[in-house]
Amino acid sequence: MKGYGRRRFVNMAMTAFCGAAVLIALVPLVSVFWLLLAKGFAGLSWSLFTSLPTPVGEPGGGVGNAILGTLFLVGLACVFGLPIGIGTGLFLAERGNGPIGDAVRFVTEVLSGVPSIVIGVVAYGLVVVPMHRFSALAGAVALALLMIPTLARATEEMVRLVPSHLREAALALGVPQWKTSLRVVLRTALSGIVTAILLSVSRAAGETAPLLFTSLNNQYWNFRPDQPTASLTVQIFNYAISPYEDWIQKAWASALVLLLFVSLMNLTSRFLARSRLRGA
Amino acid sequence: MLPEAKIAIPRGEARRLRALRRVNVGDSSYNALLWFFGGSVLVVAGVIVFGLWGTASPAFRATSVLSFITSTNWDPVQESFGALPFIYGTLVTSAIALLLAVPIGVGFAVFLVEMAPSPIRPIVSFPLELLAAIPSVVYGLWGLFVMVPWLRSSVEPLLGSTLGFLPLFRGPPLGLGYLAGGLILVVMILPTIASISIEVLRTVPSSLREAALALGATRWEAIRVASLPYSRTGILGAALLGLGRALGETMAVTMVIGNSPEIHASLFAAGYSLPAVIANEFAEATSTVHTGVLAALALILFGITLLLNSVARLLVRAVTKGYAKAST
Amino acid sequence: MKKKIVMLCIALGGAALAADSLLINGAGATFPAPIYSKWFSEYNKLHPDLKFNYQPIGSGGGIKQITEGTVDFGASDAPMTEEELSKAPGVVHIPTVMGAVVIIHNVAGLTELKLSPETLSAIYLGKIAKWNDPALTKENPGAKLPDQAISVAHRSDGSGTTNIFTDYLAKVSPEWEKGVGAGKSVKWPVGIGGKGNEGVTGVVKQTPGAIGYVELAYANQNKLAPALMKNKSGVYVAPNIKSTSAAAVGVTIPDDYRVFVTNSPTKDAYPIAGFTWLLVHKDQKDAAKGKALIQFLWWAQHAGQQFAAPLDYAPLPEPVVKKVETTLKTLTVQGKPVNVAGS
Repeated sequence: MKGYGRRRFVNMAMTAFCGAAVLIALVPLVSVFWLLLAKGFAGLSWSLFTSLPTPVGEPGGGVGNAILGTLFLVGLACVFGLPIGIGTGLFLAERGNGPIGDAVRFVTEVLSGVPSIVIGVVAYGLVVVPMHRFSALAGAVALALLMIPTLARATEEMVRLVPSHLREAALALGVPQWKTSLRVVLRTALSGIVTAILLSVSRAAGETAPLLFTSLNNQYWNFRPDQPTASLTVQIFNYAISPYEDWIQKAWASALVLLLFVSLMNLTSRFLARSRLRGA
Repeated sequence: MLPEAKIAIPRGEARRLRALRRVNVGDSSYNALLWFFGGSVLVVAGVIVFGLWGTASPAFRATSVLSFITSTNWDPVQESFGALPFIYGTLVTSAIALLLAVPIGVGFAVFLVEMAPSPIRPIVSFPLELLAAIPSVVYGLWGLFVMVPWLRSSVEPLLGSTLGFLPLFRGPPLGLGYLAGGLILVVMILPTIASISIEVLRTVPSSLREAALALGATRWEAIRVASLPYSRTGILGAALLGLGRALGETMAVTMVIGNSPEIHASLFAAGYSLPAVIANEFAEATSTVHTGVLAALALILFGITLLLNSVARLLVRAVTKGYAKAST
Repeated sequence: MKKKIVMLCIALGGAALAADSLLINGAGATFPAPIYSKWFSEYNKLHPDLKFNYQPIGSGGGIKQITEGTVDFGASDAPMTEEELSKAPGVVHIPTVMGAVVIIHNVAGLTELKLSPETLSAIYLGKIAKWNDPALTKENPGAKLPDQAISVAHRSDGSGTTNIFTDYLAKVSPEWEKGVGAGKSVKWPVGIGGKGNEGVTGVVKQTPGAIGYVELAYANQNKLAPALMKNKSGVYVAPNIKSTSAAAVGVTIPDDYRVFVTNSPTKDAYPIAGFTWLLVHKDQKDAAKGKALIQFLWWAQHAGQQFAAPLDYAPLPEPVVKKVETTLKTLTVQGKPVNVAGS
């Protein structure tokens, strides 16, 4: 039948189109990874991780302070973001079934879509201006604001997934409600929450816009939360738009380092998720 | 509810009852802690909105909202601020991004859910997660040194010579510009659209698909007739979420859009976007009006993404939870 | 085990906080960033306990941050306006070096470009759109000017370099003065924006057919040949230390040092040159930081000037240095004068 041949053709064409969509989606991924490896690998060296930047235009030096700065900023952000994020998630899971719970859930979901540059503006007004200085604290606050919504949602999901008979068994044995929630339910949901933490950390480590006018930048090693701090992302940005070959080379190498860190976080969280599903 | 009976309780008994209540200090403080956290999120949201409003208020006093949105004159020297070039740039790049990312993203999802043999599925979904995890500045770096030269030397001359009669494709091929901004956004919102479409397509009850196949449909026809109409709302939600992400994307776009606060019809021209101008000018806006204007732009951005995300999530949730419940 | 980790963290934290090095934060112009970063690096070698953290975010940023008090010192090649000064009472300008704003290009095969006030302003007004425009070919006989569109590059951030550049254009082109004006951030008729001097250099380097204005050090560090500019006396001058210094000849330096030296009538002067300043509070609030800053400024005026020439910045003329010395001696720390030559 003529009609059937045409229909089969359309079927094949659409299958090809969808397959092509997959390939098209993979092209930039492969390209990014390939280029980072090719261009960035050459720049990887011990001094990249341990040295400070050299004066403008002088080759050499490294981004050691930026790598440390990112770890410092993310660590500080976790101090604020983890309690509030996980706490909110717990609230939504345990007390979130009423209208207030719905409101909080809605606000959390909506907050997760706020552009990071807007969060940067807010953190500037909230922390930088009253403190009269750019600081790692301001950057950490901005990153924490970005981490909280995803952590809250993930925690709520994970806690709700814990089978109710576990909670009921603990309560039946006379364990107080708060202990049940924390030591039984939360502990069971822990690996899922750790997955969410890893993903939030990976996202926070990759943010640039909110750090531009909160933690600014710093050419030295910095351990103080009330001073500006270098960060890997801001450094990559500054180097990438500069004309110096040496700096562009460092941008590629730093981007490779950042990408490896982010990929590692993602792989670890996937591994944890899988081992949890296997009933570990 | 029974009326409280006033019973006389012996003193020892009363003391024991009070002691029991005290054990619940742990519970009541835990409860208070939970409500504290729940409220803190609302407080955070309120602080964000009021903080932005406060920083932006000098701008509202200096110029009317309508003229702010419609004027193209961005002149910090004369303190005349028109936001139209940035709104235009944001809209154009987002439109390009949606136009390309939705077909590719949905195609990806359809392939994964309906067409791919199951051993391939995890291999294909993992790259999607990785794409989503790549930081914006790394995309910007890649865009600046790979995509922009490619556009400048191959794509834009080709488009200019074949479709140059359209005002969209006229002008010198710079590489940087609206097209570059739009294309980099395609790469960045693709994972969002694809992964939500996958989620949505997975909720299609197999009975629908099987019914179509039983009636003699080809696999594509079954998808077209059964799966896609069913998940239409959810895919719309995915597209809106992708749009929300595209509107707020800062670093990658700043690095390839050309940073020129003007409106041009051609996609090859340099432009500007709302997040890009905030990133570039915020640290140095000296007058309170200039700072206020940038904060007002941030507020506009916040409002639009808020609206989009709310609508989008409602749509997606309606499909994944509502329908799923109805079909079981 | 947990206890040991906590003790270790407290110890490290305490050590970090108690570290005896002083961190002084500054932000501002990208114009002098090469020489400033060199200065801070050299000064740190002399005084390992003093760290100057300078962030080049543009002159506009430098002025804003010193006004808001978020940095200890600012840097700008655009002198603060009366309005800006009224919001930042007590801030003084201390000149450090002179630099030249040069025109760089990315045209294959073009080794030397000559520009005049007329052609330069026409290019930036968008009136000359191609490299082989008759006005350009007339001015550059023998040069290989292709039939290529000119991609104009300018600053996307608030820039003192832009301030010097547009001040010059406003002086030499009535059309520019009326239509665009001068300032740190103007409404550019055409062009692509780059962030900082390094951003503009980057745009020009990567875009064939591009033209841009940057500080001389950036052109030299990236091996981009600057154009020869026709100055007020009609001579085509190459930007270098000699022609930059010549721009300050015959100019009266006011007490607050806020002065433009563009379009100088001196015969061998480069027409687009300018001073760059560090913005500091006349009375420093922090004792340790204030003393360190003022002593650094003294060092910059004397020993620091030797680093200017290798980076193609013109050292300050002697009379200016003498004047700055007297100004530095009037700076105070918490109301008390300081031993300026302490370093």
